[in-house]
Amino acid sequence: MKSVLPVLTVIGAILLVWIVSVVPMNMHLTADQAQRQDIAVTPDTPAARQDYSGIGLALRNLHLAGATYVLERPRLPSPHQVAVEMWDTIALKKVTSRRSLVYHGWVTLSATLLGFAIGTGLGILLAVGIVYNRAMDMSVMPWAIASQTIPILALAPMIIVMLGAIGVQGLLPKAVISAYLSFFPVVVGMVKGLRSPDAMQLDLLRTYSASPAQGFWKLRLPASVPYLFASLKIGISASLVGAIVAELPTGARAGFGARMLVGDQYGQPMVTWAALFAAAITAAALVGLFSMIERFTLRRMGMAAA
Amino acid sequence: MTGTAFISALAVWAAGWFVNVQLANSRMADQPLVRLAVPAVFGVTLLIMWEILVRLLEVSPVILPPPTMIADRFANELPILWADFEQTIIKGAMTGYIIGAAAAFGVAILADRSEFLTRGILPVGSFMAALPIVGTAPIFVRWLGSDWQSKAAVVAVMVFFPILVNTVAGLRDTSAMQRDLMRTYGAGYWPTFFKLRLPAALPFIFNGLKIATTLALIGAIVAEFFGSPTVGMGFRISTSVGQLALDMVWAEIVVAALAGSAFYGLMAWIEGRVTFWHPSQRERR
Repeated sequence: MKSVLPVLTVIGAILLVWIVSVVPMNMHLTADQAQRQDIAVTPDTPAARQDYSGIGLALRNLHLAGATYVLERPRLPSPHQVAVEMWDTIALKKVTSRRSLVYHGWVTLSATLLGFAIGTGLGILLAVGIVYNRAMDMSVMPWAIASQTIPILALAPMIIVMLGAIGVQGLLPKAVISAYLSFFPVVVGMVKGLRSPDAMQLDLLRTYSASPAQGFWKLRLPASVPYLFASLKIGISASLVGAIVAELPTGARAGFGARMLVGDQYGQPMVTWAALFAAAITAAALVGLFSMIERFTLRRMGMAAA
Repeated sequence: MTGTAFISALAVWAAGWFVNVQLANSRMADQPLVRLAVPAVFGVTLLIMWEILVRLLEVSPVILPPPTMIADRFANELPILWADFEQTIIKGAMTGYIIGAAAAFGVAILADRSEFLTRGILPVGSFMAALPIVGTAPIFVRWLGSDWQSKAAVVAVMVFFPILVNTVAGLRDTSAMQRDLMRTYGAGYWPTFFKLRLPAALPFIFNGLKIATTLALIGAIVAEFFGSPTVGMGFRISTSVGQLALDMVWAEIVVAALAGSAFYGLMAWIEGRVTFWHPSQRERR
């Protein structure tokens, strides 16, 4: 609890930098607008203003600083503009509306969760196979580790086209990419977890004459839980990134990625920013949810939260 | 036709698996050569199965081109692939990586002087590291234009937080006993920093640097989906998908995989050189 104040300070500092940068970032646009409304601007031609940097122009036109915060299409919206846009699109629009961020969020989130479930399930199965089969361990494990150094996301547009060509569309292609991204962290984490019991503990079970199945259910699986949760937290945020990126190159009509693209193409920066923050909040909520489940589970199992 | 395809693919699989089981359960299983051979056999088996299935089932190359076709494309388009590599990896990813890492070190060292700031930066930074920062790509492309500068900016922001968190955590990783020893030597802040705390932080810093290599490539490639000059890996992937030239897409992915592994390998190699004293490195010798 004693880190609340430091955290708030850091967040406050970030917000302050943001608020201060709004003025120079938007100054050129504001100056052009002010001139059309016959407000004095120095220098007074757009061409001459291009020679100044945002900061230089802002220092010469301090009386316009207030106007930089209320532009309709700013280069950098101020925090309160993003907050208002988010409030409008999350709370005030009907959930079924195409303008509601809740609707778009659900589109992305459903693909994320489906993919995450598939990826985690397959990852755990493969990890069990790797731990119990030496040939599998030696063949697959190096590839699983190497695949983490590869920018897998580059595959996203192609997977969508491939699946589209054989008639799979909608939720599933995005879920496949999400699954792919959460798969490898889970495999690597679970293999580590299932191997974490040391020789002493394994020997103890042998003195009890426990069968391999009992050894798995009573020792290896419980021992792997802390590792599993660490991987799940990495996997869920990777899944969300995967689902968002999967929406980008295909001209998807719904989802956070589609909103970012729409805002970009139609010159509505607010839409992009609101989608970006909504995606960030979703990611934070998912990771937070898993941290809570982790703490609860580990306490019930009698392990101290890592 | 379908039957032969599946039977021959299964036969290849069985043969490859048989070799691997023999190798893995043999007495030589711990020799370095065998440790390399087993995953190699596995990979080659998969490639041959892919080739057989695609050829015999007559899968259209628009859906899945066979490996030989991809290799052919790779060999024939080397100049284009090299130009894309230069634009995306060297100009976009590398520049961004260096800027992001330098900024992260700077902030970490500044924050390190105050216990208060450190406590604030650690949770906020690890929180930011989990966010989908790729989403800032359209914003940066709008601000900085579609050339490599905007990609470098996206990459810098993406790699900043993991490196920052790891560096800050690493700089705290000395025991009170070690710091007291430095104080009894009369060492000030900077001697303590360079002789004790920086070396102690290096394993953490390299961990962050290694995580960031993959992020850098992802950031540079994905940012090109939002706008790029007519060169670059992300540009080539999205336009080739549009032209249904999937063999070109696969060739780019091979380049991305090679670049990613090489970048990671480079960092791991430097780590081994710099932190040779660390237990995790000593075990390997």
